[in-house]
Order: sequence, then C-alpha cells, then structure tokens
Amino acid sequence: MAYLLTINGQSHEVDVEGDMPLLWVVRDHLNLTGTKFGCGMAQCGACTVHVDGVATRTCVMTVADSVGKNITTIEGLQSPQAMAVQQAWVDLQVPQCGYCQSGQVMSATALLEQNPNPTDADIDAAMSGNICRCGTYPRIKAGIKMAATQFTNAAGGAA
Amino acid sequence: MNIRRFLKSDAAAPDTSRRAFLKVSAGASAGLMLGVSFTAPSALAQQAADTGMEFNAFVSISPDNTVKVLIKHLEMGQGVYTGLATCVAEELDAAWDQVVCEHAPADVSKYANLLMGQQGTGGSTAMANSFMQMRQAGAAARAMLVAAAAAQWQVDASDITVSDGVVSHGNHSASFGELAVAAAQLPAPDRATLTLKTPAEFKLIGQDNTLRKDVGKHNGTAIYTQDVKLPGMLTAVVAHPPRFGARVRSFDASAALARRGVQQVFEIDTGIAVVASDYWSAIKARELLQIEWDDSAAETRSSGDILAQYRDLVETPGAMAESHGNPDAALSASSDVTELMFEYPYLAHAQMEPMNCVAQVNGDAAEMWYGCQSPTSDKAAIAGVLGTSGDKVTIHTVFAGGGFGRRANPASDYVLEAVRVARQIPNTPVKLVWSREDDMQAGYYRPAYVHKLSAALDAAGKPSALKVRIAGQSIMAGTSMAALMINNGIDNTSVEGLTEFAYDVPERQVELHSPQVGVPVQWWRSVGHTHTAFSKEVFIDALARKAGADPVAYRLELLKNNPRETAVLKLAAEKAGWGTTELPEGWGRGVAVHTSFGSTVAEIVDVSVQGNNFKVERVVAAIDCGIAVNPSIVKAQVESAIAYGLSAALADEVTLTNGLVDQTNFHNYRVLRMNAMPVVETHIVPSTNAPSGVGEPGTPPIAPAVANALAAVTGRTFTRLPLRLA
Repeated sequence: MAYLLTINGQSHEVDVEGDMPLLWVVRDHLNLTGTKFGCGMAQCGACTVHVDGVATRTCVMTVADSVGKNITTIEGLQSPQAMAVQQAWVDLQVPQCGYCQSGQVMSATALLEQNPNPTDADIDAAMSGNICRCGTYPRIKAGIKMAATQFTNAAGGAA
Repeated sequence: MNIRRFLKSDAAAPDTSRRAFLKVSAGASAGLMLGVSFTAPSALAQQAADTGMEFNAFVSISPDNTVKVLIKHLEMGQGVYTGLATCVAEELDAAWDQVVCEHAPADVSKYANLLMGQQGTGGSTAMANSFMQMRQAGAAARAMLVAAAAAQWQVDASDITVSDGVVSHGNHSASFGELAVAAAQLPAPDRATLTLKTPAEFKLIGQDNTLRKDVGKHNGTAIYTQDVKLPGMLTAVVAHPPRFGARVRSFDASAALARRGVQQVFEIDTGIAVVASDYWSAIKARELLQIEWDDSAAETRSSGDILAQYRDLVETPGAMAESHGNPDAALSASSDVTELMFEYPYLAHAQMEPMNCVAQVNGDAAEMWYGCQSPTSDKAAIAGVLGTSGDKVTIHTVFAGGGFGRRANPASDYVLEAVRVARQIPNTPVKLVWSREDDMQAGYYRPAYVHKLSAALDAAGKPSALKVRIAGQSIMAGTSMAALMINNGIDNTSVEGLTEFAYDVPERQVELHSPQVGVPVQWWRSVGHTHTAFSKEVFIDALARKAGADPVAYRLELLKNNPRETAVLKLAAEKAGWGTTELPEGWGRGVAVHTSFGSTVAEIVDVSVQGNNFKVERVVAAIDCGIAVNPSIVKAQVESAIAYGLSAALADEVTLTNGLVDQTNFHNYRVLRMNAMPVVETHIVPSTNAPSGVGEPGTPPIAPAVANALAAVTGRTFTRLPLRLA
C-alpha cells in the first residue's frame, strides 16, 4: 500500500507493508542511512528522529503511523541547536565508532530545542535512552553543555 | 624542452633522464602538464586528480594538495585514523588540515600488522606496531618532495625546509600538491637515509589533533556496513538454531516465501537464509519459517551447570601455566592462609552495530564490503569456502560500529555466513544483517571462568606464596591460531594477568583447566585481563584489609621492584586525593592497578552506597602508554575502556538455560547508560618511550576498583561479577 510521508520538508510516497517501521522506510526505501538500526525495540536510541519535534524511536513506529507527521532525520537537521550540537561533537571529538551518534545528536538537539540550558540531571534524563557502547557519555554531556553555551550566548534564548 | 631528445635519453639511461625530466618540468610554465604529457598522456593527470600520486603504500598526494593516508587498521572507534595519520603528517611536515584518511585494501604484503605477521587489528597494537612505520612513510614522502623541489629549483636539498605543507628555499616555495606528480615518480629513499624527528621536535604528535569533520560521524554521512548500497543488492537474514551446535532437521518455507518482497529461502551451514528486497521483508518472513532443529550435537547445559563444573575443577590440579618455588609446600606449612573463589559470567560484546556483511560472489571470485578487522584470515577463510585463492577475494573496508573483539572472529563466522548466502545468488550483492537478537545469541562470548586463589601470609601479612587455579574455555582452542597461541596445553589468554604476577610474591604457581563446552567463545576487550585483573586486585585488597593496611600503601610495598606500576599508582592516588580527602557518609574509595598490552593503568573509584544499591560516582585514572600520540584520544579510550568494563561490573551477564541463551536484547542485557556513567579524570604519565596499547588497558582495573570501593564501605569482599550488594 502507498503511504505519503513528510520527511525533511519533502513529500515521499512509499509503497510498503503498513507494519514496516519508519526506520526501514527511511533506510531501505528512501536511502537516508544516517538513521541507524541498533535494537529494533526502542531500547538503544540509534534510530532516533524528530517526529513533530519530539525525539522518537523509529524502529517501533510504523509507516502507517508516520503519515501526516513532520519527520526530521539527521540529514534534515537545520535548527541552530542542531548546528551547535554538531559543531560541539566535532570540536570535542565526541564520536568514537560513531554508529550511535546520529541518534545521540537527534536526542541532544531535541533536548536543547526544548530546554536551552539543561542541568546534568536533565541531560541524563533525556539521553539515557541512547546507548553508546564506546562510552562517549562524558563527551556527549560536555558536548551538550558546550552547544547550550554557544546557543544561549548567540541566540539569547530565542528558542 | 626537447621532448623528443628527452625520450631518447630516457630509454638509454632512465635514472639520468628522470632527473632531466624533472628539470624540464620545472623549467616549463606548465611543468606538471609537460611531465604528464610525456609519461602517460592524460592518464597520469587523471590518476593524480582521482586518487592522488602514490608516494608509497601509505601516502598519496593530489595536485589539489590533499595528503591521503592509507590506514592499515580498522577504524572502529579507537582512533586509528587520527593516530596513524598524525604519525605520517608529523614526519611529512604536512599541515594537519590537508590530511585525509582511507582504509587500506586487504593486502598483507603491504599492510601487515608488524606484531602479528598478518593484516589485522587487535591486542591494542595499532599504534604500537605502526608508530615507526607510519613516521617512516611520512619521512620518505617528505624526502621525495624535497628532492623534487631541489631538482626544480636547482638547489641543494639539504637547504630546503618543509613546514605546514609548504616546501621552501629562499624565494622559492611550493605546496605538496604542486610537487606531487614530479616527486612521486622519484625512487623511494632508502629507509636508512631517513632521519626521524626527536620527541622534542614533534609538532603534531602529542597534540589533540581532531578527526576531520568530513568523515561524517557527527551528521550521519559516515558509511558503515549497514549503510552500504549497491545496485541490485538484496538483504539476507538467517534463522540460526536456538542451541549452539544444533542443525536443521527440516524446514517449511512456504509461508515465508509468500511474504511480499521475499526472493529466496534456502538452507546454509549455519541455518536457514531468507533473502528479500529489504530488511523488514526478510525479518518478517523469517518469523513465518517452520523449522525443526536437530539438537543431537547441541550444547544443552545451563550456565549454572557449567560454572558448577568449573568450581569442581579448581579443586583439582590443572595444567601448569607458571611455577616458581613450591607454593603447595608453603601453603600447607603456613598457619595463615587466605583463599577466595571468583566467578565470571559469559559476556556478549553488544557492539552498537549488529554483525553484518555485504558479499558478492562471481564464479570463484568474491567482493566484500564490511568493517573488516582481520583481512588476512578472513580472506583465507573466504577463499577456503569458495575453493579459490586469496587473490580472488577483494575486501572493501568501511567503518565498523564498534568491535571490542567481536569483529576479529577467528572462524570468520559472520563473514562466511554472508559468503555462503551470496554464493547461492551469483553476481548479486547480498547484505547479511543480524538483528540485535541474532547478535546477542550468536555466542562468541567472553568465556565464563572460575578462579581459586590461595595465599600463605607472612608475619607482616604479606603473601609469601600464591597458588592460582583457573577453569574456563580456551579462546584459542580449535582456531587457526591454536598452534601459535597454545603452548604445552596452556592458552595464554586464559591466564595472562595472573601469570607474570606484578606483585612480589616469592613462590607462586598458576594452573589451568580448559574444559570443552559447546558455547562459542572469543576475546572481549582486554581478553584474559577481563577476569585475571579482577581476581588479582580484589585478592590483594582483601589481603591488605586483613593486614589492616592501607590498600595503596600495601600495593606499593609489593611493587618495590616495579617502578612503572609504582609511578602510575602513585599518580592516580595523588590526583584522586587518596588518603587526603574526606568522603561523604556512605561513600567508599577503591583502587586497582594493572598492566596489559604494554601499558599500565591505575584507577581509583568513589562509590556511594544506599541500601542494596550503589552508584559509581567518580573515577580517577592514570595511564602510562609511552608517548601519547594524541592525548585527547588516549583520554577518550580510557573513558571508553572504563565505561565498557563498568558495564560488565554493574550488569552485563549472558546466562543459558538448558542450552538456550536467556538474553535477547538491551532490555535484558542491560549495558551502561549515561545515567550510570561516572565522572572520569584521566592523567597521562609523560613519557618518551614508544607508544604501547591504549584501547584495552583501561578496562581491566575498573571492575576490581569498584569492588574494592564497595568493600571499603561494606567490609565485604566481592568475588563475583556482575557486582551485587544483595
């Protein structure tokens, strides 16, 4: 069956089974491979995208449920918070193997879009759904704080 | 610029002519173009623009001034791209921002690990074996650039300087790119003529150079096996037997074949393969398979039964791994003996990218795309399955989403599975994808072990004799490395860390039982040290407490003849405020120090205890890894190694019930998350010694340091992982 999706501001029609998770639609059918497969049961966060601005695990969200939503994958990130997060990731050399980092960036961006000045506890709460087996957690935390500083300094809470 | 004459002389005397050619090139306003038009009309220019001019196996330079470094090791997060490129750029005097990296092809003749004799990544050897080789590669390319400039400018090479990617002499200056075509055609200099920098001259080594943004690990553009897309590619999943060693008895694929997108279902050595147009179609079709398994050769025991067998084994003499003096006599004569039993579970690697591999088989040739950690042995295994020779196997190495040992599988398990699927669908690229459940339940775990340690104590409470017995599966047994790695029945990876005991104990011996169990096992970040360091450091701590001694002071006494561990332990203790800072009520501080992969790491841990729960609050680490080529990466690796080891200390455990693996995914194999990650401070011991391992040595001390911190609060000795207060 055909489904009309809005991803990164563009309309995509895909003809797949309705139970196919959004993850596999974007990866296998739309060739957006930045979103990663890690667990298939919303345990690791590697597949995180923004659905109407909310960090969402796409491995358990069906294509049928994705219709009519505003979906942003890592390829479509544009907000100043996203840019600040990605710059901090480079400056602090956050990624190691890097496989989980798309999901980490998506979760961190969603956090900063909602909370421009998160505490350590806020960061733990927002990020503990994203597993990193390389253990980049200290640098992820530092990266979020660096991005928050840049953002709040530059935009003065314009979020 | 008489090309005709030049051609003639070239044929007669190539060496002279090459110099003449360089002069001709230099004299021309479009010198490079002239050289190109002679040597290989357009082809050289095209090659130079496409792939750069090859200076040697590791260095190419393009006219656009890009220096490409071929990386012979797999980049799986440990930082080999940055680290090895730093060594090249240092001696090349390149500007850091002109350097890009690419995985080298699978070619043992050029890219062998000098400590392994084959191309492969592991044992924290990437920098240790490459440090001189990469620097020499950079220095050789630099010498060729200088020679080319000297010829062009007709000046003495020794008067030419190179800095930040610019070659200069007086009023002359040229970028690497401008000299690349001419320089790359010069003969490679004799290695003996190369003068490498002294540590005092390093500009890039020792700095926190960063991995370039364009590798795309911050924006999703980095390509892993999972992301490889090829025209006409199909996706395969395999239904594996639920018990290790089981086989397919019969299967019915009719329902699976009816699922949309499914192309083929067939049996291979390791199970039933479902091949489809995409992953979801394949995985849903797999659920529809009706398979009857033959368990007659399967491992059907529970992990509890296996550990019970090991507990019995350590009460009996094993094969002698190491023996000094007569500890048996000392133990029976002693009136003060301490004895502890330790237990360690099976552990999954649980790297973030579940195992996967892209294979295409065309006749007797195979082309592969994956995060290949062991090119030489994988290549041989692939050739073996296809009945062909290694030169018919091409491997394209892409980034790996974590490894921690798993990707260097001695049996090339997931690689061969991909080949076995792909050979059934010739001339078609097939991506084998494991689900998380497949990955978690596929075995190749860190083996389970039981240790028994017994010490006779002298009047001062110090161990005068130590006897160690270890029971657990051999990682090397049955692999192609068995002949090399198992000596007199001893697999060194089962005992390393307890043999060559760091502490001064006059009489000691280590015995080993290596029972055969049907659970596939493999190395896991820091291999034998994952368990031996825990027994050693928890045992020493228990002896210190029994003696009423301070755990750091007690260790330092026993390390009098070990200046390196002494220095590292003292540094960590000082930075952690050992003995000088007060801890809040309910907190405890623990220490461990261990040497592995050529490096020494000490870790001091603060824990807070509330009822039956505890949290690791802070870790202060000190590492001596020789020259820290990139201190930021060294610190990142120590943090990473701590996180990985802490995950196992707190929660990781694979168990089996009647041969079935109980854990399936991250909800019941509970790895470390951000909310349990402590603050980590890492201090690097300044050194001018050659670099030693960094990826693994931070892992062994963390679990015993946590256990010892818990002991400081509770007074109890913790001898089982994962750690539980109740």
